[in-house]
Amino acid sequence: MRGAWRQRELWAHLGWQDIKQRYRRSVIGPLWITISMGTTALALGLLYSQLFDQKLGTFLPYVTAGFIIWNFILGVVTEGTGVFIDNEGLIKHLPSPITVHVLRMVWRQVLFFAHNLVVYFVVLIIYFPALTQPYKMEGDIVQHPGVSWSALMAIPGFALVVINAVWVALLFGIISTRFRDIPPVIHSFINLIFFMTPIVWHVGILNKVTDGDGGWRVLIAELNPLYHFVEIVRAPLLGQTQDWHHWVVVGAFTVVGWALAMIAMRNYRARVSYWV
Amino acid sequence: MVSIDVWNASVDFPIFDAKSRSLKKLALGKVGGKIGSEGRVPIIEALHDINISLRHGDRVGLVGHNGAGKSTLLRLLAGIYEPTRGSSRIVGKVAPVFDLGVGMDPEISGYENIMIRGLFLGMGRKEMEKRVDDIAEFTELGDYLSMPLRTYSTGMRVRLALGVVTSINPEILLLDEGIGAVDAAFLEKARDRLNDLVKRSGILVFASHSDDFLVELCNTAIWMDEGQVKMQGSLREVVTSYKGRDPYEFLSAETLERIGQPRVLSGNGGE
Repeated sequence: MRGAWRQRELWAHLGWQDIKQRYRRSVIGPLWITISMGTTALALGLLYSQLFDQKLGTFLPYVTAGFIIWNFILGVVTEGTGVFIDNEGLIKHLPSPITVHVLRMVWRQVLFFAHNLVVYFVVLIIYFPALTQPYKMEGDIVQHPGVSWSALMAIPGFALVVINAVWVALLFGIISTRFRDIPPVIHSFINLIFFMTPIVWHVGILNKVTDGDGGWRVLIAELNPLYHFVEIVRAPLLGQTQDWHHWVVVGAFTVVGWALAMIAMRNYRARVSYWV
Repeated sequence: MVSIDVWNASVDFPIFDAKSRSLKKLALGKVGGKIGSEGRVPIIEALHDINISLRHGDRVGLVGHNGAGKSTLLRLLAGIYEPTRGSSRIVGKVAPVFDLGVGMDPEISGYENIMIRGLFLGMGRKEMEKRVDDIAEFTELGDYLSMPLRTYSTGMRVRLALGVVTSINPEILLLDEGIGAVDAAFLEKARDRLNDLVKRSGILVFASHSDDFLVELCNTAIWMDEGQVKMQGSLREVVTSYKGRDPYEFLSAETLERIGQPRVLSGNGGE
């Protein structure tokens, strides 16, 4: 781990290179990332705001922010499972800490996230009047105070998500290198998880069904760890009220996940070059 | 002090075929109980009981048939594989030149590849920027350095890779065969630089099938056979028993003088 930190110039450079690489011969370059995110968020926002009878002014930003965060999580999880398999050549030919490959991948995803964040700012500007005053989304019980400087809370939130991304990639990467069934399993379930996580739908909807307290239905969201990860970044970005229990859940995942990743690293780090 | 020590080291590769690499088989294997060796993963012993001790100034040639374990040994010495049994201790900055296609991106320019390779070998960005000119001069690639790497010939790639590793002052230099693609003139230049490097600071281990390269670069040799060290000694002795003939026999007097070897092996009784 420490070795990887010392080589931070390496993975920072490589991650940046990966992005430049992807757009080497294209005209508008990295803007493609932003454009594709923008169109997807727009289409999903328009469709689901009608389906769930939501006000576009608050729902479109909601979908946009959620989808940007989801894209980061999706990238980390799917690329994390292949992080060592894809770098087989480098692992077998150049001695460097295997954490380098993980950090390169996470850094690349952070850069993608930064590109996508442009879409959030565009949407924020367009719907600024609707978002800056207190509002309620359809089905909500409490009122949201609206976007203010508290949006900066998204920064520590995202930092925590990134810290989690590293252990996820380390742990899943090691396991997937040994057991090649894991990547396809994860790839096939990740779509399901997308629809189960409140991204294109809103948790308040669960209350609306029963016209009040959603009862057991709330568990659909609460039992999904990814909901909490999305929420600690999304709620501040949209000026929504945020329950502290999201932070507790994410904090617990951080501690347990890192402990598992450390155990895996200690026991199997040296085996990765044999398995790839 | 630069050193490489390897004690009783073995490297075993588990060979997972598509089936045994799955969780299902592992789970079923446990439930099923005594399947014994049938359910186990087959293992290839790539290296077996290796004992090597190298010190400052050693220039070692690795000889042996294909599949004898030369490349695996180099990777063990590079710290890429940790021994599955036994132990190894490598002190010093390692610079390997193995597969020339790896760690180089064909789409980006030579300059950028120099930077990435240098970073991988533990250099900082600023340190590499200082060395770029030196590398450009040594490799003689000139304007080609700003072209994408895919336009390079094999020999040009070798030049680039050698240029990087020799410029960063490594203490342990590990070369696999494949650097044979460069032309004679460049080889001479590279030889001087490599010799200089070894004299200054370290150890060279070089796997090759070419007598000429070995004679130029190495003074001792290790003969690998079936994953074991079959013979270890001076280059002349080892290569003579490996090939069945003296590699120095047909060299020109000039070359012999340069590398300081008599034409005839002492005690061999003449030609």
